[in-house]
Amino acid sequence: MAEIEKRTSLMSLFGAFAKVGLFTFGGGMAMLPLLQKEMIAKRAWCTDEELLDYFAVAQCTPGIIAVNTATFVGYKQRGILGGILATFGVVFPSFVIIAGLSSLLSLWMDNAYLIKAFAGIRVAVCALILTSLYKLSRKAIVDVLTLVIFLIVAVLELWLAVSPLIIVPSTIALGIAYHFILSGKKEAAI
Amino acid sequence: MTYLLLFWEFFRTGILAVGGGLATLPFLFDMGQRHPDWFTLSEFTNMIAVSESTPGPIGINMATYVGCNTAGILGGLLATLGLIAPSIIIILLISRIMEAFKQSKLVKDIFHILRAAVMGLLLYSLWKVASLTVVSDGQVLWIPLGLCLVFTGLIIIFKKVHPIVFIALGALAGILLL
Repeated sequence: MAEIEKRTSLMSLFGAFAKVGLFTFGGGMAMLPLLQKEMIAKRAWCTDEELLDYFAVAQCTPGIIAVNTATFVGYKQRGILGGILATFGVVFPSFVIIAGLSSLLSLWMDNAYLIKAFAGIRVAVCALILTSLYKLSRKAIVDVLTLVIFLIVAVLELWLAVSPLIIVPSTIALGIAYHFILSGKKEAAI
Repeated sequence: MTYLLLFWEFFRTGILAVGGGLATLPFLFDMGQRHPDWFTLSEFTNMIAVSESTPGPIGINMATYVGCNTAGILGGLLATLGLIAPSIIIILLISRIMEAFKQSKLVKDIFHILRAAVMGLLLYSLWKVASLTVVSDGQVLWIPLGLCLVFTGLIIIFKKVHPIVFIALGALAGILLL
């Protein structure tokens, strides 16, 4: 219906996602409330259910959740070009801010106070990662199999320093094997 | 060559980092070990802090920061484009087959196992950050460790408080105590 009335302009896709990018600190789930406001309440670009679906798929496909969600919404509004522009929108503010900050930071990196401040910030980051790890683990480690996989990967990483570039593809292969063993068992039972 | 290499390294990360944000950390650690001239472990930990306290998705911030530090603005641009290119391509493909993808039992089974493996990778990232912060050469650094426990408690109690508040408190505590 919206397509007949008026097509969403590519600029407004870029602009709306740039706003989401600018006001999301920390990424991931932090942008859900913002997306709900900008995409659903203000513009009716998608429904609540669609947004949650996008999030679900975005979380289990490669890449950054914000980027994946932007591509989904943009594609739905204006096809491939829309998907690309929405994605550029969501990364634009970060890019400008970090590009500016990185040159300043390397200039200030020898300052004693800054070194101390960053030592303290690292402690806080440690605590932040610890708590998000705990939160995530309750969704990821749900049965004996996932616990075993987690422990094996942890040991491979902590003691043998195996590259994640090896771990992730092997785990995907394992998942495919697991799927066919499961469906094989079901058929045998029948 | 550095430009191409930056694009390729982040493109690869974009393909393999499932779960967004923090999921990119293990790949970046690995990247740092293979390219010691790009960034050191302590620079990297500072980057995490900067990314957490500036707007935008963490992965994008990291890519921009690493790229800019290594090869200037163009490096930042190529690293960022490298990171998002696989997402754009994959999601555009999935958009067309969204329903079938969501209901596929194969996809569900793969992610059931993959999520657990990702947790193992993240534990390693946590250990790398911790080994620079609260432990040093096998010696426990008691003040940072105590501070870390206090922060963990605060984050659990004040769930709604934005991470940037804890980052700011961390900076303050660092200047006063460390």
